[in-house]
Amino acid sequence: MVDVIVFAVGAVVVMGGAIGVVLNPNPVRAALSLVASFFGVAVLFVLQEAHFLAFIQVVVYAGAIVVLFLFVIMLLGVDSSDDLSVQPLVGQRLAGVGVGIAVLVLLLAGLFMSGPGGEKGTVAFTGAQSSTAAISSDHPDVNQLAVDLFTRNVLAFQATALLLTIATVGAVVMVKERGATPKATIEQDETN
Amino acid sequence: MVEAAWLIPTLPLAGFIFLVLFGRKLGEPGAGWVATLASAGAFVATLVTFGGLLSVEGPERFHVQTLFTWIQSGSFSVDAGLLIDPLSITMSLFITGVGTLIHLYSIGYMHGDAGFARFFAYLNLFITSMLILVLGDNLLLTFLGWEGVGACSYLLISFWFTDPANATAGKKAFVTNRVGDFGFMLAMFVIFSELSSIRYTDIITRSGEIGTTAATVAVALFLLAAAGKSAQLPLFVWLPDAMAGPTPVSALIHAATMVTSGVFLLTRLNPVLAQAETWSLGLVAWVGALTALFAATIAVAQTDIKRVLAYSTVSQLGYLFLAVGVGGYVAAIFHMVTHAFFKALLFLGSGSVIHGLNDEQDMRRMGGLYKLMPVTGFTFIVGWLAIAGVPPFAGFWSKDEILLYAWNADGIGGKGLWAVGLVTALLTAFYMTRQVILTFFGRSRFHDVTAPELDEALENIAAANRQAVIDAEAARDKAVVAAEKASGDLVKRNEALDKAKSKVEAATVDVARSDDADEGHAKLVKALDRATQAVTKASDALVKANNAVDAAKELVVEANAAVEQAQRDADNSGNAINVTVPHYVTAVTAAPDVAEVEQHLPASYRERKEYHPHESPWTMTVPLIILAAAAALGGVLNLPFNHDLHFLGNWLAPSLFGHEAELTASAGTKWLLAVVAITVGGVAIAAAFNLYVKGRGKPASVEKRILADAWKVDQSYASFFGGPGRALFNLASAFDRKVVDGAVRVSASAVNIAGRAMKSTQPGFVRSYAWLVALGTAAVLVWFLGRLLA
Amino acid sequence: MEVTQTWYLVLSAMLFSVGLVGLLIRNNPLVMFMCVELMLNASNLSFVAFSGVYNDIAGQTAVFFVLVVAAAEVVVGLSIVVALMRIRPAATADDLTALKG
Repeated sequence: MVDVIVFAVGAVVVMGGAIGVVLNPNPVRAALSLVASFFGVAVLFVLQEAHFLAFIQVVVYAGAIVVLFLFVIMLLGVDSSDDLSVQPLVGQRLAGVGVGIAVLVLLLAGLFMSGPGGEKGTVAFTGAQSSTAAISSDHPDVNQLAVDLFTRNVLAFQATALLLTIATVGAVVMVKERGATPKATIEQDETN
Repeated sequence: MVEAAWLIPTLPLAGFIFLVLFGRKLGEPGAGWVATLASAGAFVATLVTFGGLLSVEGPERFHVQTLFTWIQSGSFSVDAGLLIDPLSITMSLFITGVGTLIHLYSIGYMHGDAGFARFFAYLNLFITSMLILVLGDNLLLTFLGWEGVGACSYLLISFWFTDPANATAGKKAFVTNRVGDFGFMLAMFVIFSELSSIRYTDIITRSGEIGTTAATVAVALFLLAAAGKSAQLPLFVWLPDAMAGPTPVSALIHAATMVTSGVFLLTRLNPVLAQAETWSLGLVAWVGALTALFAATIAVAQTDIKRVLAYSTVSQLGYLFLAVGVGGYVAAIFHMVTHAFFKALLFLGSGSVIHGLNDEQDMRRMGGLYKLMPVTGFTFIVGWLAIAGVPPFAGFWSKDEILLYAWNADGIGGKGLWAVGLVTALLTAFYMTRQVILTFFGRSRFHDVTAPELDEALENIAAANRQAVIDAEAARDKAVVAAEKASGDLVKRNEALDKAKSKVEAATVDVARSDDADEGHAKLVKALDRATQAVTKASDALVKANNAVDAAKELVVEANAAVEQAQRDADNSGNAINVTVPHYVTAVTAAPDVAEVEQHLPASYRERKEYHPHESPWTMTVPLIILAAAAALGGVLNLPFNHDLHFLGNWLAPSLFGHEAELTASAGTKWLLAVVAITVGGVAIAAAFNLYVKGRGKPASVEKRILADAWKVDQSYASFFGGPGRALFNLASAFDRKVVDGAVRVSASAVNIAGRAMKSTQPGFVRSYAWLVALGTAAVLVWFLGRLLA
Repeated sequence: MEVTQTWYLVLSAMLFSVGLVGLLIRNNPLVMFMCVELMLNASNLSFVAFSGVYNDIAGQTAVFFVLVVAAAEVVVGLSIVVALMRIRPAATADDLTALKG
């Protein structure tokens, strides 16, 4: 019973935050809605016993990424609201909503269509239970995650490390201002 | 003992590498001795291997020594191996033997040349390639040697490459050979496609599996290859030009060894020839016979000592092909060996003559050399007797055997082949006799003035006369000017006299008028005296001026006479001089008298006059003597009288697998044919003697212009390839550019056009792209659902 | 009533479509980015749900990687946005028409 209540709360927070992101004209408010949504997702992770992931979710997503968003919004001064009613193409908003609804309907339909050997109305999970990477409730999920990560997926792990490095370097290169060198500014300061 | 075979090609190879690295430092004559030792080492190794073969019985004389695996590609593998059997050892013996002698000879011949070490490096490389060619145990290794000798031939022909003519000759040899190589490669492919192997052992044992058509095609292609390498019709054009290389090269490569590779190849592949249709063998025989005749006609009219021998080589090689075509393999190898001896001897002898005459090669300027170069002359005569087919010298036995096999052949016009061979023998004897007579006997024409030199002298004289005329005219003009000046002087003096006379008159009048006044009177009288004296002076001057005018006029007359004389001299200059260059027929006994024009003759004449022809050093004469002995005694290799005396025939039998043609002629026929051949040879020698020694008849009737031009074959090739040939090449090139490349370009531009047409569909509106992606996602989901439901 | 994994999957589907709609509707680049983050979160949720269904830790590993890659993506994306905004302040997604054919 407690699970259901926690789930309901979490779900409401998630959906509320999502709709807030989409509908809020002010970008800062949208970012804060995003934070709320992330927290809701973290709650749902905890509910599914993925504690480590919940922790990471809060630290990385809510803590780092959204903060980054807010930094950029404040830095660039794009905190002015944009007009939601302006449509460059006729019916473009409607088409967008239509596609979104279509995707939702299709996803749910796919979820509930019965596969071979299942009843209509329930989700047919056809995959097999894993033997090698089974989650056991004795050990903390962090340990199991670590074992899986560093033995079976170590190559992907290294690759993502490389990816992060490249992303950082790329970001620095891209935002670097052309022309002005530090030396010149120092000299200028000195003469001043 | 047979295992020593691997040393045979490797010793000269080691020599080559050593000379490439250190040859320049060693210099003369060290580099030459190193190369000769390497070649001699190969000869010793060949002797050892030969001994090894002799120690086993006949049919077992077939040994393959594999050195290493060369190519291994799937099911195709080729080993670097040596096939040691009587045929390859025979070839190897005379290649290394004659080769070593020529190495020794070259030490003397190339003395003083800047590229001494380079020459010997190339020679060693050549020996290596040739040995690989004959010792290889599969077609690919033979081809490697084939190409190697072709490359060395190019390097050595254009040895003095700074002269463009030599470089061109080298290129011509290489390109013409290449046409043949193309035939070789195709034939190799045919053999491989029939047998899946190119090893000789496989070809020999499984020759029955080769279909008749394939064998015929292979034989025709191998004939093409051999025609290129051995200079037969129509690919012989490179051999005469190859004489541009040093004479030892001509002796080694273009007489004794490389040019025999074609015949060796056909003999080695005698099982394939046995499988082919008879007409292809007939083709081989007729190509050989016609080439022999063709080249012999050309040799009759050549004036360069080496060119005669070059065409002679082409002709003798034709004999070898004739022999192979009629199934006389032993006869072919026998003649090949004797030809190596006497042709190398003749070439080295001519080289000695050229060396002794300070690089003079035109036989019209030789003569009377026997006394000055006795060793060279004597050995050359031995060579001559050998090639002319005079018994008991070697050439007689081998040539006779070939003619016998030709007579014996049926189905391919054997009697016709015999007739052609006989006519060629007649011509051979004739032109060789001509060469010997012109070079060594008769009057020594070396110090004669040549027609071009005489023309130059006459030109000089004419120029001097013209100059004299000009000088005389200049003198005359001067005299005329002087005469005019004198007459002008005279006029002036006349005027002066008149003036003086008038002054006297005036003074007299004054004196007569003023007789009373004393003062003025004395002055006037004095004035009158002065005036009278002036008149006397003026009349003296007038007399002098008259004399001067007369003298000047006389001078002008003299000068005119001088001009006329000079003019007459100039007009008669040609007629007055009485020097003729005699025709070089040796019967003319006296040298032309050039005293009249001697000081006008060019420097080349004076240099020649100082030079005295001399015999060559021992490094050159010793090889000549050895080769002369071989040419004289070589006949013992395969005497026809008794089967036991058939040394060469019995020796080579294991390599021939019974494909030697069967001789059905009786002993009487053999004797008759021999007598006919000897008679023909004798007639030819007598005719040459008559024409060139006794001087009866005109040489020009035999030495026709078209023969000297080699039946204009070179010119016709040049005009074909320059004319219609070039048009064909241009057509092919245009096709490649426009059609093939054009197709590629059209496809590229089609893509270009399509892209440009599609470009206007892009709105550039980012959110529409996102929307399309989402739509695509929905479509994929629909598809998934479809699959779930189905 | 028990919370089955199906509920998580349904929630994830709804979150995903909301994010999709937001992406198509908004024209502020930063807000569009945030909608992309919503979609990524939706997929994370479903990964964890499946990890529970099949009792396989690989699902959680996938979430881990998605998180990392999303972080990297945000870094690079925001730097692009910053670079763009420097040239043209107050640009919206509709103004970026350089790809027009």
